[in-house]
Amino acid sequence: MSSVLYDAPGPRAKRRNVVVSVIFFALLALLVWFIWHTLDEKDQLEWALWKPFTQSEAWTTYLLPGLGNTLKAAALAMVIGLPLGALFGIARLSDHRWVRLPAAWVVEFLRAIPVLLLMLFANEFYNRWTDVSSEQRPLYAVVTGLVLYNASVLAEVVRAGILSLPKGQSEAAMAIGLRKGQTMRTILLPQAVTAMLPAIVSQLVVIVKDTALGGVMIGFTELLNSRATLAAFYANVIPSFVVVAIIFIVLNFALTSFASWLEKRLRRSKRSTGAVLGAEDMEELNPAATGGTFGTGAGGSI
Amino acid sequence: MFDFLSDYNDPTLLGAFWMTVKLTFFSAIGSMILGTILAAMRVSPVPLMRGFGTAYVNIVRNIPLTVIIIFTSLGLADIFGVTMGASDFAVRGFRLAILGFVAYTAAFVCEAIRSGINTVPMGQAEAARAIGLTFTQTLRLIILPQALRSVIGPLANVLIALTKNTTVAAAIGVAEAAYLMKTMIENEAETVLIGAVFAFGFVVLTLPTGLFLGWLSKRLAVKR
Repeated sequence: MSSVLYDAPGPRAKRRNVVVSVIFFALLALLVWFIWHTLDEKDQLEWALWKPFTQSEAWTTYLLPGLGNTLKAAALAMVIGLPLGALFGIARLSDHRWVRLPAAWVVEFLRAIPVLLLMLFANEFYNRWTDVSSEQRPLYAVVTGLVLYNASVLAEVVRAGILSLPKGQSEAAMAIGLRKGQTMRTILLPQAVTAMLPAIVSQLVVIVKDTALGGVMIGFTELLNSRATLAAFYANVIPSFVVVAIIFIVLNFALTSFASWLEKRLRRSKRSTGAVLGAEDMEELNPAATGGTFGTGAGGSI
Repeated sequence: MFDFLSDYNDPTLLGAFWMTVKLTFFSAIGSMILGTILAAMRVSPVPLMRGFGTAYVNIVRNIPLTVIIIFTSLGLADIFGVTMGASDFAVRGFRLAILGFVAYTAAFVCEAIRSGINTVPMGQAEAARAIGLTFTQTLRLIILPQALRSVIGPLANVLIALTKNTTVAAAIGVAEAAYLMKTMIENEAETVLIGAVFAFGFVVLTLPTGLFLGWLSKRLAVKR
């Protein structure tokens, strides 16, 4: 598409592109020089500050346990959130108004609230009314917050996944005499799960990113929290930020690439109905598109 | 029942939500501008700019917003000395938070606009080229006006997500809604009531935005 916006460059356009490139490169170089210069001035480029990351101690004491907790919370949130989301998603498609409407209220309400509020509330809730130990409480609170929020997002994903299947599927199921429950369980859901796999994997990226919130606000010892401890020990603010950011980027980039690979593969496969719910569709998952009840339809993708 | 609410005046409940609104407002404007520039870069004829746009989006999208916000305080302000011209700590936190939100949200705005550019039929750009418009003219006069109308829905989602994301500013001590909620919920006995009040506040902020922009996106959609 982008090539439609401009002609194949002629001699003048080529010259202009070179000039623009040079100016842009100069600006970038200036920025990099400023960053490098300031870091050098503040002694952040000293090898002593970067050296810990080449040795196993920093990794085994701080980063890997932190990363482990991040992954643990993300995995738990997905494993608990997905069935819950499926339940609400299917409930929203129910033929009975008294099932459909409460499910819609719960989903739209949870989607309208920041996940941080849910975490803060869950933290205090566990503190006051349960006997979860104070070491375990941050994990519980983070997972609860993530589950509540992502279940509501996944409910919409499940609903969109089921709605994306061709109508012939449920009609054929009805024609051979399956009941509503049977149609959902044996015909629609298995196909919908395949169709929404890419969307589920991209939601995992959001969950991984949101765990960092628990690290700062309620003291869950995940990667970002471990960074603070590490930086306090080695006094390397910038290097620790760079390393933690790279870990997050690599992890999430791998997940995103996996999601788009899955999406491409599913779109190619001839056996399915061709219904796929990709990351792009997730961003358009607003009430207008899926016939939601209220207007609080923020995409789960940010 | 609501007596305890008046015990807090730094910030007050309304003041905290007003801070949330201000954060959202300025970040939305900034990220819209930066996002449009990034989108233009990603479709531009200059390979270096395309590469920069792609790299920016892929890097920023994959870093947690919390990391970015904490970095603006501990990295940008403390190490690089970028204080946004503020000597007061509260003002500095406010401006740095906006800077972080703009940098993060712009990546999503860029992707939304780029997907909008893809929905504009090829004939439009071809016709623009045929009458001799340059790349910037084509983009400014023909493509972007049509693309922006078709992405109001996705941009509304980004705006609502931004409203909710402003709570992350509490991590660097900006006195907005989540910051006040954390203080309140730790000090008061009415846990459920406090949760309900703040949840209600966010529903009030996001619901009208979603409804209005949903209506607007239908009204302004290009009929094809």
